[in-house]
Amino acid sequence: MVEVMSDKPVSEYAIRVYLADHERSDKAVEHHIPPRIRALRRSALERFCALGFPSAKREEWRFTNVAPLANTPFHLARQAGAGHLPPGALDKAGVKGLGARRLVFLNGRYDTRLSSPGEMPAGVRIGSLMANLAHADPQAEGRLGESAPWHDHSFVALNTAFIGDGAFIHVPRGVVIEEPILLIFISIAAEHAVVSHPRNLIIAERESQVCVVESYYGPSGETYFTNAVTEIFAGEGARVGHYKLQREGDRAWHMATVGIRQERDSACEAHSAAFGAGFSRNDVTAVLGGAGCSAVLNGLTMISGSQFADNHTRIDHAQPRCESQELYKGIFDERARGVFNGRIIVRQDAQKTSAMQTNKNLLLTGTAMVNTNPQLEIFADDVKCSHGATVGRIDDEHIFYLRARGISFDEARSIMTYAFANDVIRRIKPAPLRVLCEQIVLAVQDVPADFIVTEEK
Amino acid sequence: MTPMLEIKNLHASIEGNEILHGIDLTVNTGEVHAIMGPNGSGKSTLAQIIAGREVYEVTQGEVIFSGRNLLELKPEERACEGIFLAFQYPVEIPGVSNTYFLKAAVNAVRKYRGEEALDAMDFLALMRGKMKLLGMDEELMNRSVNEGFSGGEKKRNEIFQMAVLDPKLAVLDETDSGLDIDALKVVANGVNALRGPGRGIIAVTHYQRLLNYIVPDFVHVLAGGRIVKSGGKELALELEEKGYSWIDEKAGV
Repeated sequence: MVEVMSDKPVSEYAIRVYLADHERSDKAVEHHIPPRIRALRRSALERFCALGFPSAKREEWRFTNVAPLANTPFHLARQAGAGHLPPGALDKAGVKGLGARRLVFLNGRYDTRLSSPGEMPAGVRIGSLMANLAHADPQAEGRLGESAPWHDHSFVALNTAFIGDGAFIHVPRGVVIEEPILLIFISIAAEHAVVSHPRNLIIAERESQVCVVESYYGPSGETYFTNAVTEIFAGEGARVGHYKLQREGDRAWHMATVGIRQERDSACEAHSAAFGAGFSRNDVTAVLGGAGCSAVLNGLTMISGSQFADNHTRIDHAQPRCESQELYKGIFDERARGVFNGRIIVRQDAQKTSAMQTNKNLLLTGTAMVNTNPQLEIFADDVKCSHGATVGRIDDEHIFYLRARGISFDEARSIMTYAFANDVIRRIKPAPLRVLCEQIVLAVQDVPADFIVTEEK
Repeated sequence: MTPMLEIKNLHASIEGNEILHGIDLTVNTGEVHAIMGPNGSGKSTLAQIIAGREVYEVTQGEVIFSGRNLLELKPEERACEGIFLAFQYPVEIPGVSNTYFLKAAVNAVRKYRGEEALDAMDFLALMRGKMKLLGMDEELMNRSVNEGFSGGEKKRNEIFQMAVLDPKLAVLDETDSGLDIDALKVVANGVNALRGPGRGIIAVTHYQRLLNYIVPDFVHVLAGGRIVKSGGKELALELEEKGYSWIDEKAGV
């Protein structure tokens, strides 16, 4: 048995639950996953034990207290079927108008009956990671653990220790998949607090194109833990769109890391929309590992009550002539608290880099708060980099303008909140997802057609 | 006849500083009143208080609108009762189209009055009629509210909103400021088209120029938080000639 180190004393019992579950799960997957992945799981468990749960002493976790999570025993969520779903849950967890290609995961495990991956061009894989590992798909096996930072991130290590199921998407060279692939992750309430570790792997080979929408959803009033990791590999000239919609239950813990590795001339977009969970932490890391890459990172967080949301992004410009654009916006109501940390590294070889980062925050009350920390580390000399962070409130005069036209205070506030968020929402390309985000921010059921704004020429 | 608007001994302050020191003003339906005065005299404060801006504290006096105590109503209720303030500095609302904004406003007013919401077709018909009146481009309707608008376009948009919302009392706060003569004529034509026996208009302005095009029935001079002189339209010409300095002396500021 491995010893657990930690910056802070944590409940031994909570840790023992992870270790016991790992032992059981290790036996269960023995005949289903290749030896390399089993070894990876074990190394990752050791790494998790060595790292322990992060304390506020670690720079990356300075404003983010995970002690309550570390002290809660989370049991590995059991396999569940459609019969365990509360009525309407699948519709609520999905995105209306999206889902021609849909994979559904209950408690982190693929549900064949609820999923409809659709017709696949030759060589394309869209399905369960576990199934593909079991069939010894070399692609599925080969890249796991390469782009997610499991060596230095406790929760990525924990997820890696429990690699089992999730989505596996492999698009071979030159293939274009037009319609977005929707991945729905639903957690189901159990007698005790449960954890699932969805692990997704998206490989877009040279000059291929794919768009993936991940939607996380779970019951309110229940303590559960989603610990997700998505790894994305974009080959030379590939185009990848990744969208993550987080609407977990109000007492949920949501940890997620999206690790992107890009090759020459590839273009990746990673969008995050976080509305749910009591506590959420979203890490996006992109390594621009070839010349001429472009990366777009967008994020929208809107939380209230006593919710907490932390967004950490890291863009690594390792090669010349790459471009990154980052826009993260946060809206914090009531006593909600947010953290943004955006790190951009421009390495010595990365000449002619262009990197723009913006973080804007809106506090709707005097009790809401946000910590924002942009970090630029530039080691090349011929670069164009900028960053900016703001924290503001809605101007009373703006609210008054709308009220003076007969619009109620609440609606005026929603409209001005939307106005704040609109540019990040407008960058969402799949229209059904964009409309859903508009509805959530505006707090309306339907967004009318006349809402659409024509861009000024 | 009951007056449309009756302001009696209105005292108002902001952050403890009194700005209005007892305003009396009566506007009957069908009348156009101009309120003129030097900068900082309290003209805009008066306009904003009528519309319900909450940063100003009314410490004394009353404001009665169509027999109702206006000071008890929220800004949106005042708008629904038929008060419209054309803003000196209209607000930009990125990402929200003019059409959406205006429909939200029209339907909020209709709901307040117990009327059915207008559907998209009826609303479009209403809008198109008023757009013609102000010479507005339809393309402007799909753009974000006031975003990227020139000063003239913003003011025109205010009068357009007024035409669509069809208020009983319109308060124009420095609607002429920043407009060239062509834009001023367009805006004035829009206002004049809305003049009529059912409507009262208060035009707050620093310059007499606007009043060449919107000819008032009454002119009041506000200085140092008081109305120091009232008269007919000829008073505006007198002010134009003499400037505000003689008023300042009179007001003791």
